[in-house]
Amino acid sequence: MKEEIIIAGFGGQGVLSMGKILAYSGIMQNQEVTWMPSYGPEMRGGTANVTVILSDKKISSPILSNFDTAIILNQQSLDKFESQVKSGGLLIYDPNGITRHPVRKDITVCTIDAVDISANLGNSKAYNMVVLGAFLKKKPIVTLENVIKGLKKSIPERHHSLIPMNEKAISIGMEKVNDINKI
Amino acid sequence: MAEHILMKGNEAIAISAIRNGCDGYFGYPITPQSEVMETLMEEKPWETTGMVVLQAESETSSINMLYGGASCGKKVMTSSSSPGLSLMCEGLSYLAGAELPCVVVNVVRGGPGLGTIQPGQGDYFQACKGGGHGDYKMVVLAPSSAQEMYDFVDLGFDLAFKYLNPVLILADGVVGQMMEKVELKPMKPRWSDEFIKSTFKWATTGKTPDRKQNVITSLALDAAVHERLNHKLQLKYKQMQQEDVRFETFMCDDAEHVIVAYGCMARICENTVELARAEGIKLGLLRPITLFPFPTEEINRLVPQLKTMMSVELSAGQMVEDVRLAVNGRVPVNFFGRLGGIVPSPEEVFEAFKKEIK
Repeated sequence: MKEEIIIAGFGGQGVLSMGKILAYSGIMQNQEVTWMPSYGPEMRGGTANVTVILSDKKISSPILSNFDTAIILNQQSLDKFESQVKSGGLLIYDPNGITRHPVRKDITVCTIDAVDISANLGNSKAYNMVVLGAFLKKKPIVTLENVIKGLKKSIPERHHSLIPMNEKAISIGMEKVNDINKI
Repeated sequence: MAEHILMKGNEAIAISAIRNGCDGYFGYPITPQSEVMETLMEEKPWETTGMVVLQAESETSSINMLYGGASCGKKVMTSSSSPGLSLMCEGLSYLAGAELPCVVVNVVRGGPGLGTIQPGQGDYFQACKGGGHGDYKMVVLAPSSAQEMYDFVDLGFDLAFKYLNPVLILADGVVGQMMEKVELKPMKPRWSDEFIKSTFKWATTGKTPDRKQNVITSLALDAAVHERLNHKLQLKYKQMQQEDVRFETFMCDDAEHVIVAYGCMARICENTVELARAEGIKLGLLRPITLFPFPTEEINRLVPQLKTMMSVELSAGQMVEDVRLAVNGRVPVNFFGRLGGIVPSPEEVFEAFKKEIK
């Protein structure tokens, strides 16, 4: 198993922390992981992205130009990364604020209305966990049990009371993911 | 089972310092290595191991604080990024001249000048060929993973005290910012004052009636004395070349072409080797782990089986000079580099490689 993922959106959407939770879940499942963020000016309001790789074997390059999965949370990132999904790969995006939708037919395209869902949950901070749930439904590369373990490792202990809410957000994300283009 | 933690390379440096008995860290923040001091401040090691963590007023101060701490036989370190290292070069020359051990980390960004905060490898010359003035060398370790960031702090102190010389960990923005699984090795306690006094007879630990005072200096106005000091230093550098060359090879056994790359570029080029092998091209990778001492002998050993070598760097071509010196004209040595903080993908390196061997 080797899964190469790009997660991209605005700074503040929880892109980097979603990647971190996914990476920690991989460690809980005895996988090798790398988490390589874009860092610098883009962290302060612009676009943020992180490359996460989970693999059964040692990982060589943390920097990639093609991905198995792209998780896209804004228009700029969709414009930039749609072409970088490997043929047969997966693109998940939140349609909120998207005017130019994906056009590729050789990849699986899914949507997740994570803005609406997290608003209904009454916690907009659960946004990234809804998206993570959608991804895990399509590619169950780590078990939910290990994701919860990963959450515990990446969230400071004083916030552990929030874990059930995060777990709920992940489950709803799993339920509500829509297939737009299936291959 | 050993404990595995997900951490950034920069965080691994900090945690390793605490766990490997470092006595003092003196630094000044700069991207992309600020997490080193941030992590140390969060961990508050002064409450546990007694390690001192101090934000100095500048890089010039921090390197001279290392001079003071090292003079007392303490395990001291600092970290910075490229422009900060430039400020430290005077101090590094003095530390080498005075034969003082310390560990310095440079998480390299793009230069020259303030440059960019994105990754670079343009400080190879500064690290390996001087930076400061005079005939001095440092052991230069080039980590390519978060685990090596962790391991090389301990190794760095071992080598620094073996040679009584500064050791430089030459990382880059990718290795500093990337998170990976890191195995925490067993803790090493800080050295006691008694141990330091009895082991490091040169250290300024307080004069006792039974010996003359220890003087730590790089100054020797008598030409003959100063030449002797320089010869002694050169002997150490020769010993480093004999005993402490470190490197790693990947698919070199049957290789007809070899890429030489270090740090983050070695990781990327490992993928390039896989791409080439998938097309039936016999490409291998040599990753120098010590940039000084450089794996000249290994290159020598490989050259007879090779058609070309290629140095791949985030610079305009620095390490390639050492590769060419080792190859000495026997096979063509090509070069590929990106500048300005741009990190090429494995595919981009492969295209550049194919263009060169056509």
